[in-house]
Amino acid sequence: MREVAIVGAGMTRFGELWKYSLRDMFVEAASGALQDAGADRLDSMYVGCMSGGQFVGQEHLGPLMADHLGMAGVAATHVESACASGGVALRQAFMEVASGMSDVVLAAGIEKMNDGADVTNVLATAADQETEVYYGVTFPGLYAMIARAHMEEYGTTEEDLAWVAVKNHKQGALNEKAQFPREVTLEEVMNSSIVSAPLRLLHCSPVTDGAAAVLLCPLDMAKEFTDAPVKIVGSGMATGSMALADREDPAFLDSVEKSGAQAYKMAGIGPRDVNVAEVHDCFTIAEICCTEALGFVEKGKGGPAAKEGFTALGGCIPVNTSGGLKSKGHPVGATGIAQTIEIFRQLRGEAGARQVENARIGLAQNMGGSGASSVVHIFEGV
Amino acid sequence: MAGIVGYGAYIPRKRITTDEIAHQWGKDPAVIQRGLLLKEKSVPGFDEDTITISVAAGRSAIDRANVDPQKIGALYIGSESHPYAVKPSGTVAAEAMGIGPEVHIADFEFACKAGTEAMFVALGLVESGRVEYAMGIGADTSQGAPDDALEFSASAGGAAYIFGKDKLIADVLETYSYTSDTPDFWRREGEFYPRHGGRYTGEPAYFTHVLSASQAILDKTGLKADDFAYAVFHMPNGKFPLTAGKKLGFKEEQLKTGWLVHTMGNTYSGSSPTGLAAILDVAKPGDLILLTSFGSGAGSDSFVLKATDRLPEVQGLAPTVRSMLDGPRQYLTYGEYAKFREKIIVND
Repeated sequence: MREVAIVGAGMTRFGELWKYSLRDMFVEAASGALQDAGADRLDSMYVGCMSGGQFVGQEHLGPLMADHLGMAGVAATHVESACASGGVALRQAFMEVASGMSDVVLAAGIEKMNDGADVTNVLATAADQETEVYYGVTFPGLYAMIARAHMEEYGTTEEDLAWVAVKNHKQGALNEKAQFPREVTLEEVMNSSIVSAPLRLLHCSPVTDGAAAVLLCPLDMAKEFTDAPVKIVGSGMATGSMALADREDPAFLDSVEKSGAQAYKMAGIGPRDVNVAEVHDCFTIAEICCTEALGFVEKGKGGPAAKEGFTALGGCIPVNTSGGLKSKGHPVGATGIAQTIEIFRQLRGEAGARQVENARIGLAQNMGGSGASSVVHIFEGV
Repeated sequence: MAGIVGYGAYIPRKRITTDEIAHQWGKDPAVIQRGLLLKEKSVPGFDEDTITISVAAGRSAIDRANVDPQKIGALYIGSESHPYAVKPSGTVAAEAMGIGPEVHIADFEFACKAGTEAMFVALGLVESGRVEYAMGIGADTSQGAPDDALEFSASAGGAAYIFGKDKLIADVLETYSYTSDTPDFWRREGEFYPRHGGRYTGEPAYFTHVLSASQAILDKTGLKADDFAYAVFHMPNGKFPLTAGKKLGFKEEQLKTGWLVHTMGNTYSGSSPTGLAAILDVAKPGDLILLTSFGSGAGSDSFVLKATDRLPEVQGLAPTVRSMLDGPRQYLTYGEYAKFREKIIVND
């Protein structure tokens, strides 16, 4: 396998982008990544998107996006793994470059969620239709059950959950691309409306439009595009039971642990070597479960990590410096690439006020459904 | 200069509370009250519709203007709940008020903007000299589907304005309209309830149009928020008009008099015109007033008005808005409300 580097990145602002269509957002992010790298060619591209078909009635996104980027002719593939679609697009692009099949490959993620679709129902198609959705459950409901299980098993409190939102909003307030770049107080989180007990409004990531793209090439070609490439040194992907009820331990995300273990093994590092991480905090409980499954904290000890500052900027392992899905926003298919861009910026020392000092190794973890799929990448600054 | 010579409003006595509707659908009333700033809303009785509301408001306007109804050369009613799809509301209302037959009449529809639209056209005809007096009315018995967010706001009421050139109670100093093709809320032919684009009705629809029209009329007149005694904006819920007002630099004291939605609900085409009537009930000579409506589809009409010395003389000649909002009320259960709003299917 060849060593692979990211040499350029581009993304839209995240938010309710009423004036932007799916293709507009893609073109802004993708052309941004190409310009960032000064690249004028592509061998191939991957488009991660959960459900263009259900959100805006558009499928066949590979050629559509290649065409609108002015790149009709290149190989272009749409990949889907629910909310992990972006992370999986990156993994496919990584494998294509690493294998020697292609040199210059774009990995993009997009989602247009604010266009009149019934978002809760569309997202629920990422759960098990026959054994979960048929009975009326939605994603807030599934993650609420995970939260209940974690509280029951480990004594995690509603306040522990709330601190994750407080921390991520504080960090997101420093991100000009974020949908909600403002701080929230513990009191505001604890008094926000109940969505699905114990999860409140401010425990949930928002509905977001956005796109993000990164450009990959072999490491030995990277200097052609940038003086500061970032290497992809590990990639892992794993699946778990689709339905929450089929899991041995509903408070633990097996797929996250397995995908993390693969990525650590490939990178030849362990969790303690990671300087900065983006994890999939679609709900506050998810960040707690992911930090445990990735080994940043011991199993069952993720609850107080945000409150104690362990996972905050300046802490032992800063998690979601971008604001995470909670504050930055969660355009589902774009999230995995946006996480990658945050790590790319951090490892190049370009993260401004939210820069983690001396960050050399970063990790991004992106998850689909209630944890039925997870993809982890580890990056290293050059 | 042309302006308002008489005004009147009407709000039905029946009410339903936010708590009652929330309990019906298993929602948390505190969350709705906090989110929409709505306490209760008016409900029309069986014998009340856009026409009766228009007549009640129009008669008060005639009383305050003290003009011969026969001199009113144009009558326009803006509503999205005209009782007939084909057959004008205006003809029935005109005859009941003693207006016509020498009169030009049309029914207007522009979602919640139809009331100020009627006022705008009435003003224009008077300014041009085509007619001596013209009446513009905004009135609705608004529709909102059961278990839709609109059900907490859609209410009944309206206001009427007579425009003329002498004995003005308020000068119209300037108008400005801002309109675009923005499909945020609609009801197709034959459909009973409107549909809407959820959060799309906010920033790209309401705020874009209300803020653009209001800012433009401020620029056009060279006035600042501080120069005004009062401002009123269309009130689809409690929050939107306060947010719009604050963004434009208005303070709570300037906004609270016209902000009726907390206990009146959203009277659609009657919303901002009724807010203006509540302001005229208490305004003093020389007071500047900003009115900006909003209609989905979408557009906003802005008016800058200045109260004249004559206004205090007519304020007491007809019922005030507050007397109808705070006066005798009949509270309905959800079942009674469903009956009055004809949501219960019965045999003929």
